[in-house]
Amino acid sequence: MSLASLRDIKGRINSTKKTRKITSAMQMVSASKMAKAEQNTKAFEPYSKKIQEVMAHIANSATETSHPMLEKREVKKTGYMVITADKGLVGAYNSNVLKALYQKIQQRHQSKNEYTIITIGRMGYEFCKKMDLPIAQSIIGIGDQPDFADIKEIASETVQLYADEEIDELHIIYNHYVSAISQKVTTTQLLPITNLGEHTNTSSFHDEYEYEPNEELILGVLLPQYAESLIYGALLDGKASEHAASMTAMKSATDNAGELIDKLTLTYNRVRQAAITQEITEISGGVAALE
Amino acid sequence: MKTLTVSVVTPDGPVLEDDYEMVSCKAESGELGILPGHIPLVAPLSINVVRLKRENHVDKLAVNGGFMEVRPDKVTILAQSAEKPSEIDIDRAQRAKERAERRLQSKQDDIDTLRAELALRRAINRLSVGS
Repeated sequence: MSLASLRDIKGRINSTKKTRKITSAMQMVSASKMAKAEQNTKAFEPYSKKIQEVMAHIANSATETSHPMLEKREVKKTGYMVITADKGLVGAYNSNVLKALYQKIQQRHQSKNEYTIITIGRMGYEFCKKMDLPIAQSIIGIGDQPDFADIKEIASETVQLYADEEIDELHIIYNHYVSAISQKVTTTQLLPITNLGEHTNTSSFHDEYEYEPNEELILGVLLPQYAESLIYGALLDGKASEHAASMTAMKSATDNAGELIDKLTLTYNRVRQAAITQEITEISGGVAALE
Repeated sequence: MKTLTVSVVTPDGPVLEDDYEMVSCKAESGELGILPGHIPLVAPLSINVVRLKRENHVDKLAVNGGFMEVRPDKVTILAQSAEKPSEIDIDRAQRAKERAERRLQSKQDDIDTLRAELALRRAINRLSVGS
């Protein structure tokens, strides 16, 4: 073994150490972003709870109410909304969602006229472009802590697609945040809204409401708002998952770098020892030859 | 004086929760004034100012795209956005107003007009609350 390879190993150790520094910094950044994203989800909860309560109450009230967004119709075209990240370095976060989308399409559709895709996040957009899938709407460059205002437009346009009968149902695919180490790909049907009655918390709703001007009109205002809030909720959930996935990915990158450094250090020492041993052998060989 | 609890909630989190004597706001169907003991009511709100009165003091909020749920002792306003005067960026609202006006004058297709109109109403609402 020569000195040059000793220097090579030293160089690799140093560069791996630098990489580890970066990944561990990114891990910490993701951890704090995740904490913030969790807070955002919590802040959103009162709004979604309340709107659900009022909606359920109207839907369950005695008078007959109907609205296109509550009724199933023949499905000619399905809309899929996928929530992905703008960047990689998040482990399997993006690929899991996109795999779920692709499988779903393969299972359910024969031709491209039967579905369209709404993408949130760059990875989803690029995937659909690459696979030549139809994209109805897309948005990229949403921040790490999105405001409702950031996605209001795409949410209301998507709901409008349904109202205009461009699409007859809307599914949303995203990573549900279970815990910091576990995120689960979730597919839910957003429109038409079917599960309104399920979440009724009747205890707080013993009194009859007066509707101004009437139920029909209020539903017309409320339903799109409700659907938009569901989309926003999914986005917040997805963002929390994104940061969690990024944190996990960076943690394992940091761990791997550590392992690699240990291994390289071991090799470095071994090579160094071998060089020393060889030198001693040579010297003592030389001395023996002189005698 | 009797009071009612007012809470204003948006998707970005709760904006305000406090006791007031009177809430006056503009619903889609017209001006509404809510005093304690009002019958239970649900009404959509137009893009406008919500006035919250306590003693001789009036708090204003610029509310956009929401509805209110009234119970005898509690008013809940759910809105897509609700801003206190101190949170409003006057310059930005002014710019948004001019932009919306320009768009309205240039008249393109229907959706754009509708959106510009809404943007204009939001901007005017913010300006009137903020200044």
